[in-house]
Amino acid sequence: MTETGNNETIHENNFVENKRRLTISEALREAIAEEMRRDPSVFLIGEDIGVKGGFGGAFGVYLGLNEEFGPERIIDTPISEKAIAGAAIGAALMGMRPIADMQYADFLFECMDELVNQAAKMRYMSGGKMSVPMVMRAPVGTTNRGAQHGQCPESFFMHVPGLKVVCVSDAYHAKGILKSAIRDDNPVLVFEHKLLYGSKGRQQAGGFDLTTYVPTEEYLIPLGKAVVKRNGKDVTIVATHISLYRSLAAAEELAAQGIECEVIDPLSLVPLDTETLWQSVRKTGRLVIVHEDTLTGGWGAEIAALAADECHYYLESPIKRVATLDTPLPFAPIMEQAVVPNIERIRSVILSLFE
Amino acid sequence: MSIFDELGTEKVLSLYKRMTLLRRFEEHVYFLFLQGEIPGTVHQYQGQEAVAVGICDYLSSSDWITSTHRPHGHALAKGIKPREALAELYGKATGCCGGKGGSMHLGDPAVGMVPAIAIVGGGNSVVTGMGLAFKLRQTGQVAVCFFGEGATNEGAFHESLNFAAVQHLPIVFVCENNMYGASTVYHKVSLVENVADRARAYGISSEIVDGMDVLAVHKSGGEALSAARTGKGPILLECKTYRFVGHSRNDARGYRTKEEEALWKERDPIVRLRNTLIAAAGISEAVFDEIEHEVKTELDEATEFARTSPDAIPEQALEGVYA
Repeated sequence: MTETGNNETIHENNFVENKRRLTISEALREAIAEEMRRDPSVFLIGEDIGVKGGFGGAFGVYLGLNEEFGPERIIDTPISEKAIAGAAIGAALMGMRPIADMQYADFLFECMDELVNQAAKMRYMSGGKMSVPMVMRAPVGTTNRGAQHGQCPESFFMHVPGLKVVCVSDAYHAKGILKSAIRDDNPVLVFEHKLLYGSKGRQQAGGFDLTTYVPTEEYLIPLGKAVVKRNGKDVTIVATHISLYRSLAAAEELAAQGIECEVIDPLSLVPLDTETLWQSVRKTGRLVIVHEDTLTGGWGAEIAALAADECHYYLESPIKRVATLDTPLPFAPIMEQAVVPNIERIRSVILSLFE
Repeated sequence: MSIFDELGTEKVLSLYKRMTLLRRFEEHVYFLFLQGEIPGTVHQYQGQEAVAVGICDYLSSSDWITSTHRPHGHALAKGIKPREALAELYGKATGCCGGKGGSMHLGDPAVGMVPAIAIVGGGNSVVTGMGLAFKLRQTGQVAVCFFGEGATNEGAFHESLNFAAVQHLPIVFVCENNMYGASTVYHKVSLVENVADRARAYGISSEIVDGMDVLAVHKSGGEALSAARTGKGPILLECKTYRFVGHSRNDARGYRTKEEEALWKERDPIVRLRNTLIAAAGISEAVFDEIEHEVKTELDEATEFARTSPDAIPEQALEGVYA
């Protein structure tokens, strides 16, 4: 099924009765609430998530959930990332389905041992007898906060066998895939971009409307199924988060110059829907990967290597990556803009493939 | 002899002036932030001035501090000039980190401050190595780790306190217990009433200090630092304090009551010291007015400097990743 940039085709076909637009925040909140109603083993654990008069989590995703589910299932923790991750893993091993919250993905490094040595390996070490059905939500993305509050560390986790990695970029898919992640029997890290939560990031996202149609009926979006956001015959762009919207904006500009880009949101990096990706690359003969993670060792390198393997004879030009330059994130906005992929850089890299 | 008499009027007035600088700087930054001149976010220090000022008065530029996501007060108290701090908040090339650090990472080796660490508990572990270096080189330097009560539930707090203890490192761990980690009140995340009580678990001494009284902080800080300098460290000081403002921008503070805020505002460290100065030394309004005027002049000059400084150069974003 083909979808357009904002998934309107699919929704207008299937959910005409229930047109309503939600932000990613609202969609995630609905997903969590629905799963908590459905399954008593689901609970939330993290900092500042249920405090009365508080923030509803660092980005307001949990607002109102404490009123419905109470502090027994919306568990406010000390500032103790190791305890948050460890408690989630332990509870998951005992049959619960925790949703753990990191206020910023940068703080995941505080609990790398739990995630990498514990969560990822329990299934395997137990000879397949145990599992860790947990979700870890983590906001990513640069927003003028400097070096320790804007990183996109998805690639670290893609490197670890045993972990699943999801990147959500629109409300419709965010809701459906978070529900699937909660029901998944593996540890799933869900990365969300701070500028895409509400509607305020619209300008940075190239003017795209950041709300999407979300049906009121229940639905699930599977992990490992990429979404073609825009059809094109000349070049395949694989991108996530805000880079996806910047790629769509670049594609729009390039269309005026006669270059038709096919833009794909992989939705999950692990598992990766290589079938959809290679089908596109074999059609277009060109591949550009765009991400806000830094270049070296980023997930774009993995996709490029796989594509070189699988699509070698179809490629008409070198595979290109557009990523944050290899520096810690600088604070000054003018510097930040210089290192993070923007529409112009994406556009010029794609143009270079046709020179 | 009272602490006031021990210090003398001139010293106390200098502490007053420094606290005033920290307060007016933050008020000014908030104004500039609302005007859209400062990008990103700010975590501010109003209310906690007595801690940074009382402790840092005992430190020379060869002593070092670590700070947190709320570093403006520590930076100014340690000697970073308002113009260099403000320019950094603007993201200008003339800022103390060349625009690469920003509000959460103020620092400058010239005054003995590593870039503030905005990961909770981050400074607690790094400071042990600083203390270790001083001990190994027998320099007599000390390191101070400023951190909030929220950090005491991080593993880093415990591992570092224990390591510093067994190594007898020249470190003073200064906890600014402002009662709230973001929106979460301390007594909901710890059954131990005082952070100072935790020191016993690691075999080191600690003290609870009135963090709203700069003279009390000054006295306890001075004793702790002298002890740390002479091989009796580390020491944990818990300064009971309060941030008068939100955790960061857009914080409506719905998690605490207006009554509680009012109660703490009555203990405003600057107002208290002013009253002490009037009562104990008969300092006149004219003297306080002059201090306000000097501080305002310095901040006006700093603002002009920050506004007119050249922007950070985009290409320089690529420099300085490796030594």
